[in-house]
Order: sequence, then structure tokens, then C-alpha cells
Amino acid sequence: MSNNITLTIDNVKVEVPQGATVLDAARKANIRIPTLCFLEEINEIGACRMCVVETGSRTLQAACVLPATQGMEVKTNTRRVRHARKAVLEMILSNHDKKCLSCVRSQNCELQRLSLELEVTDEHIFAGERREYTVDDFSPSVVRDNNKCINCRRCVTTCYNLQAVGVIGPVGRGFHTSIESPWKAHLSETACIGCGQCIAACPVGALKEKEESPKVWRLLHDPGKHVVVQTAPAVRAALGEEFGMPMGTNVTGKMVAALRRLGFDQVFDTDFAADLTIMEESTELVSRIKNKGVLPMITSCSPGWINFCETFYPEFIPNLSSCKSPHEMMGAVIKSYYAEKMNIPAKTIAVVSVMPCTAKKIEAAREELSAMGVQDVDAVITTRELARMIKSNGIDFLSLPDENFDNLLGDSTGAATIFGATGGVMEAALRTAYETITGQELTSLDFHGVRGQKGVKEADIQIGDLTLRVAVAHGTANAKALLESVKSGEKQYDFIEVMGCRGGCVDGGGQPLVSAENRLRSDPKQVRARALYKADEGSVRRKSHENPGIQRLYKEYLGEPNSHKAHHLLHTHYTKRSKYRQAEAASV
Amino acid sequence: MVEKTEQMKALREVIARHKDEKGPLMPVMQEAQKIFGYLPQDVQIVIAEGLGLTLSEVYGVATFYSQFSLQPKGEHVISVCMGTACYVKGAQAVLDKLASSLGVEPGETTKDGKFTLVATRCLGACGLAPVLTVDEDVHGRVTPDDVPMILSRYED
Repeated sequence: MSNNITLTIDNVKVEVPQGATVLDAARKANIRIPTLCFLEEINEIGACRMCVVETGSRTLQAACVLPATQGMEVKTNTRRVRHARKAVLEMILSNHDKKCLSCVRSQNCELQRLSLELEVTDEHIFAGERREYTVDDFSPSVVRDNNKCINCRRCVTTCYNLQAVGVIGPVGRGFHTSIESPWKAHLSETACIGCGQCIAACPVGALKEKEESPKVWRLLHDPGKHVVVQTAPAVRAALGEEFGMPMGTNVTGKMVAALRRLGFDQVFDTDFAADLTIMEESTELVSRIKNKGVLPMITSCSPGWINFCETFYPEFIPNLSSCKSPHEMMGAVIKSYYAEKMNIPAKTIAVVSVMPCTAKKIEAAREELSAMGVQDVDAVITTRELARMIKSNGIDFLSLPDENFDNLLGDSTGAATIFGATGGVMEAALRTAYETITGQELTSLDFHGVRGQKGVKEADIQIGDLTLRVAVAHGTANAKALLESVKSGEKQYDFIEVMGCRGGCVDGGGQPLVSAENRLRSDPKQVRARALYKADEGSVRRKSHENPGIQRLYKEYLGEPNSHKAHHLLHTHYTKRSKYRQAEAASV
Repeated sequence: MVEKTEQMKALREVIARHKDEKGPLMPVMQEAQKIFGYLPQDVQIVIAEGLGLTLSEVYGVATFYSQFSLQPKGEHVISVCMGTACYVKGAQAVLDKLASSLGVEPGETTKDGKFTLVATRCLGACGLAPVLTVDEDVHGRVTPDDVPMILSRYED
């Protein structure tokens, strides 16, 4: 016997399983109910009342939290419902700054879209007292402007549930409620890891990245600077969305062409440095196993994860791979090897990283990431910022030809490309470690056990006589669960990959924004990752150690992986950080 | 300093006592406020760590309920009811008189640390409107002229 429920929505009969909400049922029946505070599995609190429907009961009910019941008759678009939704919107607007013209979210704002759809004709209809806030732009990665905040809590629950960080929350009561850190601390004074997932969750323009594009324009317009750009693996799988292309379109060629037209002197691929990371990291892993070093070794590519580890799990710092993240390795190689080869002084070179990430902005400012006496990377812009620069420069992205990365540091393998998806770094490392350890060719390259969207993935990988116990976590809440299981002794691993964001970099905090509603239709974590795995499959070379540019770099410059020179340029160290930086500052 | 160490010890005992209960935050915060008189940042951090919560959660609750204070309170707390009945019966004038007599705004504490003046929601004693409390003492049907007499009872 089936446990299904049948109900009627706008005269359409629909069958759903027990426990489904009216919103779930409506989606199944292809009936759209507008939502605003709802973010699937993260924020399901029925707070904003945008999704109200009539069910025959005395009051209107919020569809996102209303369980569907047998025989229920739901109306989603009655006069009463429409009036209620519009009134809710008008009241939200009464305490919103309504500066759409200068807002980065204009035309990509859920509040703006609903206002148009529900035919709000006077955004000042409830004009009255409006709360005014100072913009918090002290963090190198995230800017909070509460003048645009609608108190939906999507950022709050994301920070708690998805990331297990929890540095923001509702403060005060009633009209005086705002989303803040305790004692109005700047985000930079809290345990914020800079992942930017709050930005991805925000339906309006209350959260955005700290923009570095003004600095990049200045560098590009400075004739005394040699400006080199690099792009992370995940950027190519998402940039096209900003120009109306379908999610999951790989736009590598057009992206390279656009960067040349923006005026960068060299266009390099962070994928090159991802291959370099694998050389260094797999050597480090093999050495830790052979020399009974600290295990499990944990990857260090994701700066959101590094910030999380240093702040919440400093006891795992010895487990972190000493490898710099790929774009930092790239910066160091550009300012040493490339600078020597081109005979350009390191200090006249500016390295710009285009990243799917906002935490990379904090990372680039770390003092220790300066192998040649200058910062390895000078500016980090997100995928979104790059799209805005392209638009601002009047470049017609869609009609651009496909171009290739510049030669010297432009080669890459499929192993590097999949860095952008959860499990990718692990898989790339395994491909190289296998051949390094066994000396035999790896014929079956796909490690399916570490792919996919499960929060924590585990696998035993047989490499010759060695059984390598590996685990992969993505999203720092999942990382927390994994680390706790290691701490308690419940689980033992040799090698762990952690990415700060769910799904890995493809859905990082710097990627093109996907509305809560569109996320229900297609999940960017899966669709964008597919583009990367497809590129890997189509690659001529799929193992990092087969990258000819990497082979040349070691032969001409670095010597061996983990050599003295490689250590100086490509490795780093970590520092314990306090969860309560603001309190410590106050007590000094 | 010795006093603070004693207070922190008491707080840790309170946390240990409530930790495994369902919904321990409010009772712990209430007892903490009794111990310290208010909920300063270091106290909220100890509560958050002790209960496995984030500081944001503790601070959010502390700012939501008017019973919690983030500022040190005076020796005596004067709460003037601003509920509907009291308001209609002239509570605002009583509050204004108190503010001018003490030289503080509602929510503030006098410089000598003697009095904290608070405007509060309905105290549930509407029959005595307008009503105010000083610590646990209830004063009903108060007029502005009664203010000096009431204050004098606590000024020794």
C-alpha cells in the first residue's frame, strides 16, 4: 500500500509522499508559488509569508512549511493571496534602501523580481521610519550592507547549518531586528572563514564580495606593470551563466579571449598550478606514509577550509598539507621562474587571480605567502567580478572566438580540471600517487568512490600492497563531522580532502549566483561539476605528472618535488586563530 | 579580581547543572545575570562554550529579551511599566520625572551606580496603573509627585 497523499492545487490533482509540503506538491504539479526566505534544506522557516496560500482554513498558510494532507484543496493565486503577498513585499520595501541602480544584484535580485511580478506600483507606499546602518566592509572577502537586508535569515542558517561557523544572527527585536555579529563586530573580527556562502544565499544585495576589480583596473591601466592573470578550474564551468549561457557550459576559450581583450599581458591557467600541487602534495603524502609522519594528511587547497581548521580545529594543523593552494603556487612561480625567464623584475609583475571563491581574497593577503619578498598574488577577483569587468568593457562575450592560454604556464591535464569539484583533488592525487608508488601505469583513471554530492565520502584505495584509507568532505559542517569522527577514534584515514564549500569550488562563494528557485530546478554543484568531468574525459593527458610544462618546470628550475627550492616557493605554514578575535582585541 | 573569579566559578557550576537539560540557555542566562548583574562579553563566551552554542546564538537571545542586560545595572533597578493601561494612566510623566530626577535616560544607570532606570513592557498589575517596581517592591497608582518620596526610600 502506498503512503502517498493526494491533494488538489488550483484544480490540479497531485500525488506526493507523506511529509511533503504544499510547496513541494505545487512544484510537482508545475505550479509556481513565489518564495523569498525559503532556501531548500537550509532555511525552511515560513517567516516571510511570501508563499502564503488558501486552504479553506481561517488564515492564509505558508506553503513552504505546510504539510500536504489527504484531500487538501489549495488555491495559490486568489485575490486574497495576491493582496497578502503584495502587502508583505510593500512592507519589506518600506525598510529597504531601494537603491537598485547602483546595486550589484540589480536584475539578479529576488526582491526586485517579486516586486515586478506582483505589480508593486509604489515602492514608497508605506514610507516611514527606515533603519540606517553602516556598511561593514572591513573583511577582505565579504561586505555586509544591512540597508538592503530583509531579515530573511538565509545567510544566518547557511552560516550555521551548511558551514558550522555561525558568526551572524538576528540581534534585537521587532523593528529593531538586524542580522549582525555579536556586539556589532565587523566580520573580520569574528570567526568568519570568508567562504562567501552567505553571499550565495542572500536573495538581495545585502551581501557581496569585497570588490577588487577597481584595483585590477588600476593595474591594467598602469603602463609600468606587467599584469598576469590566472583562472581557477571552476571559473570556466560557470562564467557563461553571467552571459545567459546554460548552466554547465564550459567557456574556457571565450574566457581566455575576454581576458586578453581586457588587457592582461599573459593569460595563464591555475590548472597548471593544480598539477604542480598534485606533484608536491602526492610526494608529501608518500613521504608521510613512508616516514611515519602525521596522518591523516588533509588537503590545503581551500582557504575557507584552512581558515576553519585554524580557528575551530587547530589540533589538526599538523595534519594539513604544507602545500600552498594552487593559485598561490602559481603566483610564486610567476614571480620567480617566469620573471627570470622573461627577465622582468618580480616587483613590476602583478598577478591577478580569477577565483570562484571569496576566501581566496583573505588568503592572498597572508603575509607568509610572499616567496619572492612581494605577495605571491596581488589581487583576487571572483567569477562574478570578472563578468562585470567584461560587461563594463563592452566586450560581447558570446561572439568571442575560442583562444588558448599562453604557453609557458598554460598547459594542464584533466586531473587539474577536476580540482573544481568535490573529490577532484583526491582523485588527481590518487592518479599520480598510484603511478609514483607502484611504478606501473594506472589504466582505470576514474575513482567513482570519491565523486558525487554525498557530504562525507569514504573509500579504500588499493595501491600495490598499500591500502589507502581516504575520505572527502565538502562544506565545513561536513568537515566538522568528519574531523569529530577522526578525533574520537571512530574513524581512521590516511588522506582526507576537504573543500570549504558544498560541492567544491564549482559552487563556491564567488561563483555566479543562482536563485533559491532556480536551485530547485538544477543544482549548480552537479551541473557545473559535470562540465569539469567531461573536460577531464576529453583531455589528452589526465595525470598531473604527465603535464609537459610541469616536467619542464622541475627540470629547468625546481629539481624534484619537495626539493629545497620547491619548499621555499610552494609550501607554507599555518597559525592557530582565536574564535573570539573581537574579545581578545578588547581585553588587550 | 577575586570577586570575578568567584563569579566565574559560580557560572561554571550553573552551566554544569543545566548543560544536559533540554533548552538550557535561558535558565543559564538568567542565573548568570543574577551572579554578574548583567551579561558582559566574557560571560556570554563562557556560556556559549559551556553549552556548545555560538556566541551569536547567546547574544541573539540576550538582545531579544528585555530581561537581559548588556550593561552593568545599578544597585536598585527601577522599572516603569509602559503597558497600555499604565501608559493611558500617565506612566510617561512618571518616567520623565524619574529621568530628570536621576539625570539618566531610560536604559541607563546613574553615575554613582545607585539606580538603573528601565521602561518595561506590561508588568501584569494593570489594576494598580500606573505602576513601577524598584527591585522586588511594587509601587502602584504613582504620580510624578510621588517620585522624590519613592527615591528617598532607597537612597541611604
